[in-house]
Amino acid sequence: MDSAAIVASGLVKRFGDVPALDGIDFFVPPGTVFGLLGPNGAGKTTTVRILTTILRPDAGEARVLGHDVVTEAAAVRSSIGLAGQYAAVDENLTGAENLRMVGKLTHLPRSLVRERTVELLERFDLTAAANRPVKTYSGGMRRRLDLAASLVHRPAVLFLDEPTTGLDPRSRNEMWTVIEDLVADGTTVLLTTQYLEEADRLADYLAVVDHGRIIAKGTPAGMKAGLGSTVIEIGMPGEGSALMALQALAPLGVQPPTVDGTTVRLTVADGGTALLEALRALDAEGIAPTGVTLREPSLDDVFLSLTGHAAEASAA
Amino acid sequence: MNRTSTRTTRRPEQQGSTDANPTTTQQAPATPPRGSRRAGLKERLYWGASDIWAVTQRNLIAYTRMPEAMVFSSIQPIMFVLLFVYVFGGAMSTPGFRYVDFIIPGIFVQTVCFGAVTTGVGLAEDLNKGLIERFRSLPMARSAVLAGRTTADMFRNVFVVLLMTVVGVAVGFRSNTGFFSFMGGVFLLLAFAYALSWGFAVLGLVARNAETAQAMAFPLLFPLTFASSAFVPVGSMPGWLQAFAAHQPVSVVVDACRHLMVGGPGSPLAAMAWIIGMLMVLIPLAVRKYRKAS
Repeated sequence: MDSAAIVASGLVKRFGDVPALDGIDFFVPPGTVFGLLGPNGAGKTTTVRILTTILRPDAGEARVLGHDVVTEAAAVRSSIGLAGQYAAVDENLTGAENLRMVGKLTHLPRSLVRERTVELLERFDLTAAANRPVKTYSGGMRRRLDLAASLVHRPAVLFLDEPTTGLDPRSRNEMWTVIEDLVADGTTVLLTTQYLEEADRLADYLAVVDHGRIIAKGTPAGMKAGLGSTVIEIGMPGEGSALMALQALAPLGVQPPTVDGTTVRLTVADGGTALLEALRALDAEGIAPTGVTLREPSLDDVFLSLTGHAAEASAA
Repeated sequence: MNRTSTRTTRRPEQQGSTDANPTTTQQAPATPPRGSRRAGLKERLYWGASDIWAVTQRNLIAYTRMPEAMVFSSIQPIMFVLLFVYVFGGAMSTPGFRYVDFIIPGIFVQTVCFGAVTTGVGLAEDLNKGLIERFRSLPMARSAVLAGRTTADMFRNVFVVLLMTVVGVAVGFRSNTGFFSFMGGVFLLLAFAYALSWGFAVLGLVARNAETAQAMAFPLLFPLTFASSAFVPVGSMPGWLQAFAAHQPVSVVVDACRHLMVGGPGSPLAAMAWIIGMLMVLIPLAVRKYRKAS
C-alpha cells in the first residue's frame, strides 16, 4: 500500500444535505490506469477534485505519491496534472501562450517552458495552430490542448475527468491513442468516464461508482466475464411471443434474459456462438424474430446487472 | 496485481519518448516541489511575484485580442466628457472653476469606477469556464489569480486615464497645479481604481456569472458616482443627500484629485485613508471568497 500512487480511504463529501461522496476507498499502483466508471452525478468529478486538492473532503483522507491532499496540498500540486471535461484553457490566448502560461505557473525554468511548449504542440498535432487564439479551435483540438497543458511539468500522476465526453468518434479515438501513449511512458492515470468502452480500452483496473459509493471493483476483463461481452437484442412480433422467447432463451447467457416490451435482451460471453444457439432455440419453439441486434454492453447494462436499476443521473 | 503485466511488455520500446517518466521513484519529476512549505520565504516571494505576473500577462493579452472591446469601452467615457462639457456645462454653476476643469477630474473617477466592474465580470467568467479549476490544481500562489487580474486592470486604467487626459485637454481642460501635483492626482485615481477592482473581484466571486456580476454592479455604482461631487458641487444638493454625498469615498477621491489637478478644497490624505482602508478589507475578503468558491 505504501507504494501506491493514489490512495483514497473513506472519502466523504456533502454539498448541503446532499452526500456527493459516501465513503470512497481505492488505491492505484504506480504506472497503472485506474478508471472510475459511473453516470453523471455519481461522484466521479468530486473524487477527482478532492484528489487534485481543489476540494477538501468532509471525512476520510487521500494521498497522492504519499502526500496528503489536505495537509501537503502544495507537494501534491507539483506532481499532478489535471485535464477535464470542460477543457480549461484560455480562449483568448493562443495554444502556445496557454502552454507557456501553465509552464510558468508550474514554476519551470524559462528555457524548459519554451522547450516543453514546442514539444507538446508537436506531439498533440497543434503546431500549425500554435499561434491562433484557442477560440478558433475545434472541440477536439481544445481537448488536446487541455491535455497538453496538464503535461507541461511532466506530472507523475495524471487525472483525466471524462476526457472524451462530448467528442465525436474520430476525436475520441485520437484522444484514446494519446492517452495510451502516455500510459506507455509510465504515467499513473486516474480516469473518469461514462463509457464502458473507454474504461475497457484504457483502464487496468475499474471501480464502478453510483450515488457516491463504489458498487463494484475489478479488471475490465473480470467485469466483462461476469457481465458478458455481448448483448443480443431480439425483437419479437408481439409481447406474447416475447415471453415465449424469454423462456426458450433462459438456459443461455451469463444472466437470465430480460424482456422489455417486445424486445428480449440476452447477455452472453461469446457473441457468435451464442447467437447461433439462441436462434436455434427460438427455431425449435417455432418462434420467428422480427430483428436481431448485437452490441457491446453499455454503462446501462453494467448498472442493470450490478444494481438492478439503470444508470440514472442523480442531481448533485 | 492486475493487468499491469500487459502494459510492461509495451513499455520498454517507448521508454525513449519525450515524456518518459520514472514514476517508480516517488518524486515529482523535472522540478523539485518549489511550492512546498519548506521553500524559503525569498523563493516563495519570487514565485509569488512570478505567478502574479504570469496571470497579469494572460489578462493583458486577452485585452489586446479584443481591441474592439477596448475601443467601445473608451467611447462611453468620451461621450460623458462631451455630454457634460457641451450639453450640461452651460447650465452648471461651479463657483471658482471653469466647468470643464471641474468636471474632468470627476469623469476620471467615474470612468475608473465603471471600469472596475470588468474585474468582477472577468473573474466570474473564469470561474464559469473552469479555468480557475486548473489554476487551483497548479502549484502556483493562491492569491495570484486575483492579484494578476487586478494588476492587469490597473494597466488598463493607465491607458484609460491617458486617453481621457488627451480628450480632456482637447475640450479645454487645463491643469494649473504643476506636473507633480497632477501626477499625484493620477496616482490617487489609479490607487482608488485598484482598490475598487478588489471590491468588484468579491462581487464577481459571489455572483459567479458575468451577467449577474454586471447587474449587481450598477445599483452600487450609480448612487456612488452620481450622488457625489463628480459632476456638480455637493452644496447644490438637498441637505439629506449632502450628508451622504459629501462623505462617501467617491466624493472624497474626486475632491482630492480635483485639489491636486486644478486646485480647490480636497484632502489627498483622506482619500489615501479610504483607499488603504478599502484594500485592507477587500483583499482578505476577496481571497477568502476565492478559496471558498468551488
